[in-house]
Amino acid sequence: MTPIEQAQRALERSRILTLIALGLLGTVYVRAIWFTPVEAIQGPAQKIFYIHAPSAWSAFLAVVVVGLCSVLYLMLRDARIDRLAASSAEVGTVFTTAVLITGPIWGKPIWGAWWTWDARLTSTLFLWFILVGYLVLRSAVREPRQRARFAAVLGILGMLLVPFIHLSVKMFRTLHPQPVVMNPEGPTLPGQMLATLLFSFAVFTVLYAGLTWQRYAQSALEDARGDARAEGAR
Amino acid sequence: MLRQAWLIAAKDLRLEFRSRTAFLSSLVFTALVLAIFNFARDPTVLSGTDLAPGILWITFCFAGLLGLNRAFALERENRTLDGLLLAPVDRSALYLGKAIANLVFVGTVEAVALPLFAIFFNVPLWPVLGPLLGIVALATVGFVAIGTLLSAIAVNTRFAELMLPVLMLPFLVPPITGAVQLTARVFAARPLAELSGWLRLLVAYDVVVVVAALLVFEYTLDE
Repeated sequence: MTPIEQAQRALERSRILTLIALGLLGTVYVRAIWFTPVEAIQGPAQKIFYIHAPSAWSAFLAVVVVGLCSVLYLMLRDARIDRLAASSAEVGTVFTTAVLITGPIWGKPIWGAWWTWDARLTSTLFLWFILVGYLVLRSAVREPRQRARFAAVLGILGMLLVPFIHLSVKMFRTLHPQPVVMNPEGPTLPGQMLATLLFSFAVFTVLYAGLTWQRYAQSALEDARGDARAEGAR
Repeated sequence: MLRQAWLIAAKDLRLEFRSRTAFLSSLVFTALVLAIFNFARDPTVLSGTDLAPGILWITFCFAGLLGLNRAFALERENRTLDGLLLAPVDRSALYLGKAIANLVFVGTVEAVALPLFAIFFNVPLWPVLGPLLGIVALATVGFVAIGTLLSAIAVNTRFAELMLPVLMLPFLVPPITGAVQLTARVFAARPLAELSGWLRLLVAYDVVVVVAALLVFEYTLDE
């Protein structure tokens, strides 16, 4: 099997995973809207939580993968690691954007404002800026190995920066609701809501994996075609 | 390593001292930013000291960004970085040297801008000069440490002048927030206990950034 065929097959498989994830996402919507009780104080606005929090989880996952891949790339210099970092950063940008869009939609009726400069909101916004900066940097360097090195350096620095931003804004003030699942006293969310939320977390993890894999396979295919063209030109 | 770093810093500063173009233009730019801020406030509503911390740090931030592009842009223009890389100089010494030169450059601009700022906005500097200089020094170290590293990357990309601020501004959130908060408290003559949290943040940021930059700098250079 030629590298192009290999990449094509991987792309087809990754598409199946993404489709499964999208199908499951549909069931998350159905379950969240019709089969989960309405929150007593916030009313239906709270439902967006089942999309918002899992998106944040996937974004977090994506960023961790970018950070780990950055360190690993500088150690091993494997182009596949760099490709995974790039794919994960793109998908992470999408999920971070989803967090930043769903947050204000909830914030307007509950807080009375689309946006506040709260620790989580500000950290997420700057996470988005770092991810976009990472992608802009990649697009501005042509030589693949130089691009990979630069991106890895920025990935590592970005990973170090996020906790600092969070800390500095937290010292300002914080308004965001506190965690309802991963807090020291155990989950505070009622059972049915918790079930919907955990299901959604799982679905978003699969969606992240599917999209990242698909993106990875696409860029592998691109590279394989580029190599084949270069071969033909010779 | 420190001796090598110092040699590189001295070389950069000598170059800068002889031409002075970058320094003078940064200075004029800083004065202009300060003057323009004058139009952005209503002196009858807000007193100078209320706005001062924000104005001061945004001005320093812009002035610093301008100066940072210079360090590697010069080397690149004349292809002299290859020469530096061929010389038996440690990579971290190269980074330190560049960072020291930038620190002196940004520090000098700040030293001129600070009295100008005091005059323009009628802020009494003398009583707070000691603590203020400490805050400026702490924030500038973090600023220059990350800026030197990122400018080594940005200079190799297309749109280098635009790339540096895009990459760098997120990294300025912790030092600038810390510096603004500390400056405001110093101006308001708050007790030292209110400063310690932000001071710790600034110091921690400086340490993490300097160590990380020394470790990863070599990867920003061509192999």
